[in-house]
Amino acid sequence: MTPQGLYCEPGGFFIDPVRPVDRAVITHGHADHARPGHQAVLATVETLAVMRARMGEGGAGAVQQPIGPGEVLEQGGVAIRLVPAGHVLGSAQVVLDWQGSRAVVSGDYKRQRDPTCAPFQPVPCDVFVTEATFALPVFRHPPPEGEVAKLLKSLALFPDRTHVVGCYALGKCQRLIRLLREAGWDRPIHLHGALAALCKLYESLGVALGPLEPATVANKAALRGAIVLAPPSAVQDRWARRLTEPVVGVASGWMRVRQRAKLRGVELPMVISDHADWDDLNRTVDEVGAPEVWVTHGRDDALVHALGQRGIRGRALHLVGLGEEDEGGTEAPPATGEGDAAAVRGVAAGTDVAAVSRGEGL
Amino acid sequence: MSVPAFAALLERLVFTPGRNAKLALLRDWFATQPDPDRGVGLAALTEELVFTTAKPSLIRDLVAARTDPVLLALSHDYVGDFAETVALIWPQRGLRPRGAAGGEHEAQAETYIVNAPPPALSEVVEALELTPKAELPALIGGWLDTLDSSGRLALIKLITGGLRVGVSGRLARVALAEWSGQDVAAIEEVWHGVAPPYLPLFRWLEGRDEKPDPREAPVFRPLMLAHPLEDADLAALDPPAWRAEWKWDGIRVQLTAGPGGRRLWSRGGEDITGAFPEIVEAMDFHAVLDGELLVIRDGAVAPFADLQQRLNRKQVTATMMRDFPVGVRLYDLLFEGTEDLRPLPFDARRARLEDWVARVSPPRMDLSAQIAFASLAQLGGIRDGARAASIEGLMLKRADSPYVAGRQKGLWWKWKREPLSIDAVLMYAQRGHGKRSSFYSDYTFGLWRPDGEGGEELVPVGKAYSGYTDEELAWLDRWIRNHTTGRFGPVREVEKHLVLEVIFDAAQLSTRHKSGVALRFPRIARIRTDKPASEADRLDMLMAFVERRAAPEGEAAD
Ligand SMILES: [Zn+2]
Ligand SMILES: [Zn+2]
Repeated sequence: MTPQGLYCEPGGFFIDPVRPVDRAVITHGHADHARPGHQAVLATVETLAVMRARMGEGGAGAVQQPIGPGEVLEQGGVAIRLVPAGHVLGSAQVVLDWQGSRAVVSGDYKRQRDPTCAPFQPVPCDVFVTEATFALPVFRHPPPEGEVAKLLKSLALFPDRTHVVGCYALGKCQRLIRLLREAGWDRPIHLHGALAALCKLYESLGVALGPLEPATVANKAALRGAIVLAPPSAVQDRWARRLTEPVVGVASGWMRVRQRAKLRGVELPMVISDHADWDDLNRTVDEVGAPEVWVTHGRDDALVHALGQRGIRGRALHLVGLGEEDEGGTEAPPATGEGDAAAVRGVAAGTDVAAVSRGEGL
Repeated sequence: MSVPAFAALLERLVFTPGRNAKLALLRDWFATQPDPDRGVGLAALTEELVFTTAKPSLIRDLVAARTDPVLLALSHDYVGDFAETVALIWPQRGLRPRGAAGGEHEAQAETYIVNAPPPALSEVVEALELTPKAELPALIGGWLDTLDSSGRLALIKLITGGLRVGVSGRLARVALAEWSGQDVAAIEEVWHGVAPPYLPLFRWLEGRDEKPDPREAPVFRPLMLAHPLEDADLAALDPPAWRAEWKWDGIRVQLTAGPGGRRLWSRGGEDITGAFPEIVEAMDFHAVLDGELLVIRDGAVAPFADLQQRLNRKQVTATMMRDFPVGVRLYDLLFEGTEDLRPLPFDARRARLEDWVARVSPPRMDLSAQIAFASLAQLGGIRDGARAASIEGLMLKRADSPYVAGRQKGLWWKWKREPLSIDAVLMYAQRGHGKRSSFYSDYTFGLWRPDGEGGEELVPVGKAYSGYTDEELAWLDRWIRNHTTGRFGPVREVEKHLVLEVIFDAAQLSTRHKSGVALRFPRIARIRTDKPASEADRLDMLMAFVERRAAPEGEAAD
């Protein structure tokens, strides 16, 4: 069972498993957390909607059980609640109460303001399970409004150039649109085909995004001076190069490190992340007051070190398969077939998670 | 304005690949920034303004006092560039302290407390000059506290040197021309007569004053450059209409001397007068010349590596001047006295140059000899026969070509030698500098040789840090991180598995290298994942490339 991730023994269910299981609780709709083919899926209404939109009615679980805000569900003596994680629309932390102790599996989360989803709520607990995507003190996300202002300044400076910004289809794209609207950009925003469906879904779930239009490269004259949003993979390939003198931007927490951004050929890096930065990871751990913290994926070395200095026991789970869809995945090496980092991690993961589930299963 | 405005400009410049976009950013800077900061910023970008007061160790100490050593080391390892690491990790003052009491929703907005305003650029320049050394840490630490991460990076790069944003003086002057509507040639003419923050220049460009008068100040004239010769171009050449010379492997320079002073300029118009006092001393004439700066011992040109010993030195010592004696091999005469020879055909200028050298015979200078040839086939043979490390190939100049600025097609060609190639094994990797410093981008590679016990061992033969694509770099960086067997400071030793095809221009004997051989300009041509390390080349094979020591024809012609 180890490669399948976090398992709650008394409840008999997995959280964000990487392979099909009988009972899964899903924190949010990113593909590295929500995978197809589970029997029964428990998630927020929004996450289930995202899953259906992305993998079809059948892929999103044979039995889909939505759980509303404040609702508590009992499973094998374990009380399950979902609490907002502030990561993307529908994202939730899984709060598990069992025999007087409480564990919180936070999934992916952030503490910055996001007009497209409910804010993160810290829940005091005994064991806090956290991500560590940006767990180095060099990662401090600036206020996103300032990053959007950079884009608007560039549009003023280069009014004839198409500004194409790479952003993840689920969450980042819609957040960026809302931030642009707040900054006064009320012209149509053009979308690469891969982003359209989820924008529509967001709107149907009550997140207004303003005028959106498909970005057809065929009509590139109409895209002069326009904002085009596209998946990060598309901004770097020929699709974007066919636009009129494009200014290529990417909205991601990784853009904080200049040389990494530059290597990817980005002209307008925008440090906008849907993950907690270093300060917020540490602040969150302090706020939930857990004496023990498990780190699922990311830079666990730095976080575990920093926690240890404050007397908090941190342990790295090295979970396989996380951090692959959203920003966690941007650093993946080109397919080389050699020195595959994921495979190396897989070996370590087997042992670590086994130890966790044997000794201290929830 | 202030450091943050300059930081925003730097950030855009760093990420902007296009020349036109860079020009637009510079025009915006000139149009929107007040004096004297716009001039100070311009000087910093073109590296006319260099600080030496704040050493990198000062920054190191400042950050060490503010951060956990383990977290700093992990961060540095990830980011690569130390200045950038400091800029990013520097504790943000005024940010609500972590773990402070507060409601759930209050935590949503990062609240900044307004501190002292960030400094103006001109303020930084002035304070760095006036502040006693002992007070520098507090001053710089205080500035860093007022800035955000990009402001901090700009400040650190500014005061420790090394902005490296790809803005040449030439590009800046083109931007000034476009912004003001003045002719770029007119700006070039006055450029070396004005100093940062260029107030008279800006007054003139904004129509508020007369054009500044460079008087007799020595002025850089843009150099004439050559195009690489392709096979198709070669076939079209008519031998009698062309002149050939060796392409010497030194640095191209312009010598300007007259009543207004003496200057030595690099190819890009950088003033390198201070680095070569013995040349300046020899410039007792009134002329403008084009030539190649070389280390020359007893009439023989030393390899480029020797000249490198003289570059980027803060101080020129007598020992350096004795051990690495420099001279200039003259290519062209641009001005004699005040007479501008540039419109004359090459043959006419050459005659004037030969005549001038015979008459003036300045010390430390000689003529670049011309190579006679009857056919292109013969010339090709001469080119391939020249293996001296000091020769890069041939220069072909059209007999009637005037001396024109820049790279005009069809007038001058450079015909480089074919590179040599070996398949070597990657042994060590080191992080690069500048934009590559978060990647393992410097590769030490080796070849096999007998280990004296019947087996074979790898011996390092060179180091390459170019030639690869960005994808290959990312791949190599990942491979190295996953195949590290040892670490020595910034260097990683790797498993001896990966074969790299390395090309280079020449091989020469060297006592400073363990292998006994040194390569000229090695670069990575290909990653040979298809080749097992055991099939990489032997040292013997490289030794066969080592050039004969005898000088090729024309080299010793004085
Ligand atoms: Zn996610
Ligand atoms: Zn994730």
